[in-house]
This record gives sequence, structure tokens and C-alpha cells, in this order.
Amino acid sequence: MPRLEAEESEEIKLNMTSMIDIVFQLLVFFVMTFNPPQYEGDFSVKMPLSSDAPADDIIEPPTVISVKLSAALDGALSNILVDSVPVDQVDLYGGLTKVIESKLASEGDPDKAHETEVDFDIARELKYSYTVAAIEAVSGKKEGDVVTKLINKIKFKDNSEKIQ
Amino acid sequence: MKFSKAKSSEILEGDLTPMIDMTFQLIAFFMLLINFSEVDRAEEISLPTSVLAVPPSAPPDYQIILNLEPGGMVIFAGERIPIEEISRELGLEVKSAAREGVYEPGDISVVIRSHENTETGTVQDLISVCQGQELESFALRVLNKVN
Repeated sequence: MPRLEAEESEEIKLNMTSMIDIVFQLLVFFVMTFNPPQYEGDFSVKMPLSSDAPADDIIEPPTVISVKLSAALDGALSNILVDSVPVDQVDLYGGLTKVIESKLASEGDPDKAHETEVDFDIARELKYSYTVAAIEAVSGKKEGDVVTKLINKIKFKDNSEKIQ
Repeated sequence: MKFSKAKSSEILEGDLTPMIDMTFQLIAFFMLLINFSEVDRAEEISLPTSVLAVPPSAPPDYQIILNLEPGGMVIFAGERIPIEEISRELGLEVKSAAREGVYEPGDISVVIRSHENTETGTVQDLISVCQGQELESFALRVLNKVN
């Protein structure tokens, strides 16, 4: 019976060079394509089709606050009307928030205030950033780290030019 | 004159283990942070900012992201399309959503990423075109500004 020869105890060394090369190339790729994410948020807008929600199904229609935004020639915000009443010209957005707050407070019932809708009638020429600022003003306010939520149901009056 | 002794010709090998460990950790870090969802974001769109808008707590069942340029061109799936012609693309997308699940057009969320200098009328035109495809749930995307 042949005996197995004792194997030599040589240390096996793997060639790591190619792996390190690839690993560094991967690292360089990820570093170069690294793009720190910017946090984005949404304002939800419901634009139900006119055929939805037949009038018979609505037991109690929600309170609707009408907000009209007017534009200056350069597309900036020139005026805000809440239920046809102009808000404070000095601080348009702050004034809008105050008016919305007072209207919600007058509702009394918090649940009913929660159901209140704001219907925006926006001048077509108004730049979008002003529209977003107005939506923010009716959505709530942030003082320090304290966020007070006001309206979360927003609709737009259809001022679109019908495109076929 | 003294001569220095000839040095032994052994190859010096540093211990590469910690470096390889650290490199792999860096790769893992960057791989985890890479964000493939940004393919739908057009970098040239400068979003308006807001302190109140927060990211949605849960992703919608199905969403269509429309990037709107100030001139009225819509960037959708990497292509620039005039608003007047986006209706056909939206129709295909609604059909595609239906194939993937049982989504009604009303269940599809349309994310509008409009440039801050776009006229609001143009945004409303885009919303109107979407409504033509029975889409009714919209999200106006803004950049979250930290106070």
C-alpha cells in the first residue's frame, strides 16, 4: 500500500493586484457619480373630474374658501383676494395665512375645519414659485420647529386653455 | 574604507488587509447611497422651495413624473415633448399601469416637477391634459427648504 507523501507546508499566496485594481476602479466610479440627494416634498392637489361625485351623494358639502391670486406684468404676485376680500398688502403670504387661520377658527368644529377646501383662482401669467408660496401659506406655517397645519384640500379653478 | 554589507534581496510586502477592508466599506457606502430613482428627475428643472412640503410617507401605487420647463415643454421619460402632444404618451402610460395591476386612472398619482419660473397657466394646461386621460390626483413637487 503506497503511502501518501507529506505535503510541503508552503504558504499559498494569491495575487491580489487585479482585484485591488477593480475595487479601486469601482470606488472611483461611485465617488465620481455620487450625488447627494436633495429632499423634495409634495403638495397634493385633487382635481376631480366633473362627472365624479354626483350631488346626491354629498351629504354636507365642505366649506370652500376662494383664493384669487393676481399677477403683475413681470409675473410676480400683485394681490391676493380671499373670498373677494383683499389681504394685507404689506405681507401678502403672512396675511393670507392669518385670514385662513381666522376662517378656520370661526368654523368651531375642528373636524369641519379639517374638511375645509381652498379653491385657487390663479392668474395664468403668475410665476409658479408664487403659486407654490401661496399654497404653502394656506397649508400651514412653521415657527421654529413647530409646524401648524391648516388646509390640506386644495383645488385649482380651471383656467387652462383647452388643448386638444 | 569600510563597505556596507550587501542587503538581503527580500521583497517587502506591506499588509494590505486594512486597506482592502476600508475600500470595500467605502464601496458598500456609495452603493447604498446611489439613487436610481433620480432617472425621472430632470436636473435642469429648478424647483420652487418650501419649508412645509414633506416627502410622501408611502410611495403611491403608480406615479407618473412630468417635468415642466418654463417654455411649456414637458420632459417625460427622458424626452422633451410639447404639452399638446403629451396626451398620447399619458394614454400609453395609463394603459401600461393597467397592465401592471388593476389601477384605475384615478389611482395614478401625477407628480408635476415644474420649473419655478413657469407660468402657472402652463401648469394648469398640463393638469388639464392629464384630466383628459382621467387622471385626477396630482402632486406639485417642490424642494424641501430647511429653515
